[in-house]
Amino acid sequence: MTGRTDRRLDPDELLRRIQAEERRKRRGRLKIFLGYAPRVGKSFRMFDEGRRRKERGQDVVIAAAQSDVAGPVHEIVSQLEIIPSLDGAIDVPGVLRRRPQVCLIDQLSFNNPPGSRHAERWQDVEEILRHGIAVISAINVQYIREQQAAVEGFTGKRALSSVPEKFLHEADEIEVVDAPPDVTMGDPRVLAELRELALLLAADVVDRQLQEYLDSQGVSVNWGAQERILVCLTPRSDARAMLESGRRNADRFHGALLAAYVEQPGLDPADRARLDEYLALAREAGAEVHCLKGGDFAETLLAFAHEQRITQLFLGHSQRERSPVEKLIDAAEDFDVRLFPHTGAS
Amino acid sequence: MTHPMEHPMKHPGKLKVYLGYAAGVGKTYRMLDEAQALRAQGIDVVVGYFETHRRKETIARAEGLEMVPRRVIAYANSSFEEMDTEAVLRRRPAVAVVDEFAHSNVPGSKNTKRWQDVHELLDAGIDVLTNMNVQHLESLNDQVWHVTGVRVRETVPDWVVDEADEVVLVDLTPRALRNRIERGVVYAPEKARLALDNFFAEGNLTALRELAIRHTAHEVEERLTAPPRDDRILICLTGSPSSANLIRRGKRMADYLQADCLAVHVAPSPEVGDTVERHMNFARNLCIQTHVVEGGDVPRTIAEFARAHRVTQIFVGRSGPRPWWKKFGETIVQQVVRQSRDIQITIVAQRRR
Repeated sequence: MTGRTDRRLDPDELLRRIQAEERRKRRGRLKIFLGYAPRVGKSFRMFDEGRRRKERGQDVVIAAAQSDVAGPVHEIVSQLEIIPSLDGAIDVPGVLRRRPQVCLIDQLSFNNPPGSRHAERWQDVEEILRHGIAVISAINVQYIREQQAAVEGFTGKRALSSVPEKFLHEADEIEVVDAPPDVTMGDPRVLAELRELALLLAADVVDRQLQEYLDSQGVSVNWGAQERILVCLTPRSDARAMLESGRRNADRFHGALLAAYVEQPGLDPADRARLDEYLALAREAGAEVHCLKGGDFAETLLAFAHEQRITQLFLGHSQRERSPVEKLIDAAEDFDVRLFPHTGAS
Repeated sequence: MTHPMEHPMKHPGKLKVYLGYAAGVGKTYRMLDEAQALRAQGIDVVVGYFETHRRKETIARAEGLEMVPRRVIAYANSSFEEMDTEAVLRRRPAVAVVDEFAHSNVPGSKNTKRWQDVHELLDAGIDVLTNMNVQHLESLNDQVWHVTGVRVRETVPDWVVDEADEVVLVDLTPRALRNRIERGVVYAPEKARLALDNFFAEGNLTALRELAIRHTAHEVEERLTAPPRDDRILICLTGSPSSANLIRRGKRMADYLQADCLAVHVAPSPEVGDTVERHMNFARNLCIQTHVVEGGDVPRTIAEFARAHRVTQIFVGRSGPRPWWKKFGETIVQQVVRQSRDIQITIVAQRRR
């Protein structure tokens, strides 16, 4: 079967995974509802899940809820047990003493008042998880630290509190709360930008989960849920056009852009200089740059493309018969090969 | 010989599509939820078609909504029920709920596809709420097969979804979905075990979910930007079965790159065979302009056509394995590449299992 190979892990990597797995087993499960604006219904979805779990017999408590909830959320909140806050922050010792199975925590990005156990609420959540209690929480994309610059670009505002994106990636599950913005929520353009940002962030989290799942099964499969573009740089290729196209392609598909060159012995100084210039261009374009060592050009590139789950390989047109390009086209069964004219060819 | 593409036109009714990634994520439920909210606001909502799948929660959510009776169609000694589009049109509600957008109607129906029925409602100024899974998108057909091993038969052309006024993601984590299946919410118990081991395996669900999230992001972005159109993609059609894969991939690329898309078949005579005609039809259904060009020298004709039409990228399928007597000759792909070194050429992967 093409594209499927057993993957051998080195012992350190294996040990790291086993340790991570054990840590995870002792830790409570974390589930996060991710939204893009207030009032898309995150809190409702979170509390509703708590209600349904309680109906199925799980021991569910609320450790943090907004005070001004109205309507359907209020209705659910009033039916669940609440552990009151302690001086404006989650009562972590109280939660640990109570030891519920599931703890509902709204407003994950909350800043605790000075003098609290932890400065930020997500750190409280960490501690609760470490004690084996499951947590369900909710957050909007504008409170994810690494997304705040982009958010500020659309909205002109930056939230004062935030949660590191790493925390989202460590969650066992995240669920997107999507709804088209309605007119009362604000500028539709800004909301659409935020909505796209939240969706793309979720897609990245899911892509990592997919990768982890595949790794845990010991297979590398070209699943192709994400477009991954590899630009192959050679001294004679029209690197500028290829990288521009690659960047646009990666942007439009929200995919990954990689660039690679295969080390060639005896490169003359002019070619060497050109190649260095292309590598700088690639880094400027935001590509992940790889220098590959290997005897055979086509085989080295092919192996790398498979390892990296490449879906599109960008190459320069061959300039002679029986070139490695032809060999690559023949062998590349499970990704697209896009050939580019050389500079000056028109 | 040129077939112009049918331009999608703006309908007076508004279309909202709830997009999911598998049965049981809650698409129908969300749609009915919205219908109930509209009804509570005093808006005239009817259910044109609704598939209960005998799910209790879903049935309860439809309570109080007016249902337009289905039409019974006899076919192959059985009777089938379809949406009674004429009856919905006569009823003229403000909003109609139509489940399972990708459904194929039974032979004998007026339209072959439910999305065509929906277009009739939209044309009459009726707003429609509908739903589908990402795997029903035509352009993802090969990719989904590659990921899940399932060849989805009921598909919707991408442009139909692109022209929807709103696309909303209905998300559920694979773990929650698998729990639902285990609890028998989605399927009967004997079917549930089978489902969990096959299509609903965690890897499959995770990959499909990622596709659904990314596609929704794409739809949101499409509605944000007015695209420049300076790229032109040319798909080279042949009678080979792999042409379907080639068409989907080329069109998907064109859609994402916001490029024009055309297809050409080069033949020694203007008469083309059935397979080629089927591929041409398929391309036209996806809004690709198709051409048949007479010519003996295929690679040269393609190169000339591409230059004459200011094509920026040529899409070709992979050549099959070479027979022994041609081991040292050039494949068609190699010839096309040799003739068009001034144009970008994409050789499309087969995306087989």
